[in-house]
Amino acid sequence: MQPHTHQGVDKATEFVACHDCDLLFPQPRLNKGEKARCPRCGATLFERKGHSLDYSLALALTSLFLFVLANLNTLMRMNIGGRVQSGAIISGVRELYDQGYWEIAVLVFVVTILAPLLKILCIFYVLVPLKLNFRLPKAVQVFRVFETLHPWAMTEVYMLGILVAIVKLKDLATIEAGIALYAFAALILFMAATDASLDDHEIWEQLGSPLEDKP
Amino acid sequence: MKTSPETAARRGYLLCHTCHLVSRAAVPHPCCPRCGAPLHVRKPDSLVRTWALTLTAYILYVPANLLPVMTVTMSGRGEPDTILSGVKELLLGGMWPLALLVFFASITVPVLKLLVLTYLLLSVQFKSRWRPRERTILYRLTESIGRWSMIDIFVIAILVALVKLGSLATIDAGPGAVAFGGVVVTTMFAAMSFDPRLIWDALENDHE
Repeated sequence: MQPHTHQGVDKATEFVACHDCDLLFPQPRLNKGEKARCPRCGATLFERKGHSLDYSLALALTSLFLFVLANLNTLMRMNIGGRVQSGAIISGVRELYDQGYWEIAVLVFVVTILAPLLKILCIFYVLVPLKLNFRLPKAVQVFRVFETLHPWAMTEVYMLGILVAIVKLKDLATIEAGIALYAFAALILFMAATDASLDDHEIWEQLGSPLEDKP
Repeated sequence: MKTSPETAARRGYLLCHTCHLVSRAAVPHPCCPRCGAPLHVRKPDSLVRTWALTLTAYILYVPANLLPVMTVTMSGRGEPDTILSGVKELLLGGMWPLALLVFFASITVPVLKLLVLTYLLLSVQFKSRWRPRERTILYRLTESIGRWSMIDIFVIAILVALVKLGSLATIDAGPGAVAFGGVVVTTMFAAMSFDPRLIWDALENDHE
């Protein structure tokens, strides 16, 4: 097979195309807060969110802090007739692995720990240089990883899992929430806010253009 | 007859699936000039890949529901739980809002996802021209809802970590959980490999 190449490929920035129905139309000029929707199938193409990089970075930094808290502390303590058992997020992964179910252990590890962490780190790697007007190697590839990771970071689904687990255990034992549970609840809010503030379209434009000459 | 709208494919433009840049290529096997991702007019082998993944998910769906996802052992007595019996247990415990949520996430979503993917594949295969807009919306819904089926897997992960009190009470994962995780992952990949633009291509050929 022939290798993929950049050569002989020209940008056509005057156009946008719908990723769901392939409709081609001229690049719309959007004001802050406006969305471009496909007139044929209704897909949201992009949105001028108009938040500054600082805003997204502040949210990402908070998320990172909460992520560390959520992963290094006890999630829940269970008390059955005086016997206390505590668990962290990682202990579920370890226990599944010990029971011989490495497939689920890997799956749970990737979607609750690895993907969310990588997402936050990717944001720093791409946004900090854009903010300070310098370039890090492979920033474009890193941002591609970020986009691919999106469906695999399932922190909010895990939160519901915690809720269901608590209800299932409540007749059996007394459940005590650990620091990690509060941190995790806050983490899903901050990660959602980070995602909502990031304007991928704008970031790709900035990554694709040469460095500005700032005094 | 009304003229068909311009599409990127018809005009010879390529849309990058990662960074959404539109470009024009004069060479085979082009890469996006902005982000470097391989460019294709349509996702490669979209139908074949989506069929393969969807059929795999159908096959996995059987053991996912028949085999126990976990076994609760209390004072020496073990009781295997399947996906469905887990919902029933919540319902009997009077937790119907939560039972409804788990029923929706673990039973409705995977079944609906499999049926919708099969329908979309068949409709594209038979070049259906019926309600492309609604079918596209159906696709978007399928793509975004799949992750919620993971709830049950997470519940198992949390329960096995907390309930390991030796002879008093233990919870062990079961082989059904592996199959169920497989269903969720394969249907997510299936939704990703399906190209909704194929729905619209059937309309395109009419006008030629």
